[in-house]
Amino acid sequence: MTPFLVVFALFIVTPLVYSMYLSLFRNQLMGGTTFAGFDNYVTAFTDPKLWDGAGRVGLFFLVQVPIMLGLSLIAALAIDSGRLHGKSFFRVALFLPYAVPGVVAVLMWGFMYDDRLGLTGSLNDLVGFPLVDPYTKQWILTAIGNIVTWEFVGYNMLILYSALKTVPVEIYEAASIDGANQFRIVRSIKLPAVRGALLIATIFSILGSFQLFNEPNILKQIQPALISTYYTPNIYAYNLSFTGNQVSYAATVAIVMGLVTAVIAYVVQLRGTRRDV
Amino acid sequence: MAGYSYLRPRKSVTLTVLLGALIVYSVLPLAWMLFSITKTQPELLSSFGLWFSGPFALFDNLQQVVTHDDGIFVRWFANTLVYVVVGAGGATLLATAAGYGLAKYRFRGRNAVFATILGAIAVPGTALAVPTFLLFSQVGLTNTMWAIILPSLVSPFGLYLMWVFAAEAVPSEILEAARVDGAGEWRTFFTISLRLLAPGIVTVALFAIVATWNNYFLPLIMLNDPNLYPLTLGLYQWLADASGIGAQPVFNLVITGSFLTVVPIVIAFLLLQRYWQSGLSAGGVKA
Repeated sequence: MTPFLVVFALFIVTPLVYSMYLSLFRNQLMGGTTFAGFDNYVTAFTDPKLWDGAGRVGLFFLVQVPIMLGLSLIAALAIDSGRLHGKSFFRVALFLPYAVPGVVAVLMWGFMYDDRLGLTGSLNDLVGFPLVDPYTKQWILTAIGNIVTWEFVGYNMLILYSALKTVPVEIYEAASIDGANQFRIVRSIKLPAVRGALLIATIFSILGSFQLFNEPNILKQIQPALISTYYTPNIYAYNLSFTGNQVSYAATVAIVMGLVTAVIAYVVQLRGTRRDV
Repeated sequence: MAGYSYLRPRKSVTLTVLLGALIVYSVLPLAWMLFSITKTQPELLSSFGLWFSGPFALFDNLQQVVTHDDGIFVRWFANTLVYVVVGAGGATLLATAAGYGLAKYRFRGRNAVFATILGAIAVPGTALAVPTFLLFSQVGLTNTMWAIILPSLVSPFGLYLMWVFAAEAVPSEILEAARVDGAGEWRTFFTISLRLLAPGIVTVALFAIVATWNNYFLPLIMLNDPNLYPLTLGLYQWLADASGIGAQPVFNLVITGSFLTVVPIVIAFLLLQRYWQSGLSAGGVKA
């Protein structure tokens, strides 16, 4: 117990406290670092770049997460229904992308999106007109959403599937004796059974969305023009501290986003558990 | 399981096909990768992505990957192994000991500890990385292997999984019985609990391994010496080399290198399936 708490304190609590401390200062080219009170927070709340990024990840969360979790839920229910040929193959094959490193996932999709290297060129040739072009302003966020969905559908499916497995067989027996059909069983037994797991998956997805960094940052290497230095709040904070030398303001951005995320996660959790009692 | 048969409905072809579409989506990029690693650089740019084309260049590509730039890829591979063994191994040990302790011993402040750790799961790694970098640079730890290893040692999610798992898998009565029989705490842990905890430990270890193996952000900010890079950052570097202005195109290296990065972790998952699937199910009970 103690060793864990020691490293926990060193590498989670200390950096957190330190970043709160940092956020109260100001870095200037001239005059060095001075105490600034809550000035950074005032700046952050009125910073159009930050809100641009925050709006983008918010949109991402509202669109990508429901699609991803919807697919995961359908897959989990289908696998659990016992009506599939080769169910364990499905389970493993769907989960496989989770094991693929994010960098590699982005590389693969990033190349496949490319019309020379990849498949979109072939697809567009096939239909005869430019159907999709992931590397445009309109498509790029969708393209990122697709990568994230690909990475995590199977992972979320497994969380939901594990929850379904905990339903005792007797309940299904009783339900079918009472004449409930498959859909009725799904609606009245299975969906309530996965509510808790779905809530956890949602909260993890909220964290993931609002902290979006790796996928856009790697795609930026392939398509520098499409992804700005403040594309997501995390990319913004990263660029502020490592290319802009504005460490204090970067810490502030990170804290503000952390708080926003926490509030949203909390609201979702409240809504999700309300019907329990 | 007699009496369960009417709940074993006929296999549905429609459902299998529908879900098959999802599988196609899941394996499509991997299939693309498998075809691409057999192609030469010019073929990569000109041929259809989902079939073979041109001379079979797999072995040539593999050789180029391991020899490019004085074999830096091999070095990255070795670095990744170090990060995984020490970082993920340490994280698993700590999470196991702490999760077990939280689940099986009552002590003052236990709930507070648990709440703090749950809260910490929600703290994103990226938010911690910048202050950690600054702290490390003050003590001279940046651009060393420790900069990657030390932060990977903490796995709040691993601890959570372990706590849930230990609470389920190790009945307190067994521990009581062992104590009554005069076994010390250590002996109880090593002879009884450890065995019962095995699937949970494998699960936690696998997730820690994946997290370390796939880690990209932390090395990105901590390291600037390519000799210390893990595979992920190395590939990113190659990508930058390949797509920069006036750069030499090494897409075949990036793709073949990616393939070599994926293979070990996928094998680990497939081999240990039985364990992590049961480990996760137990996690799902409490969840």
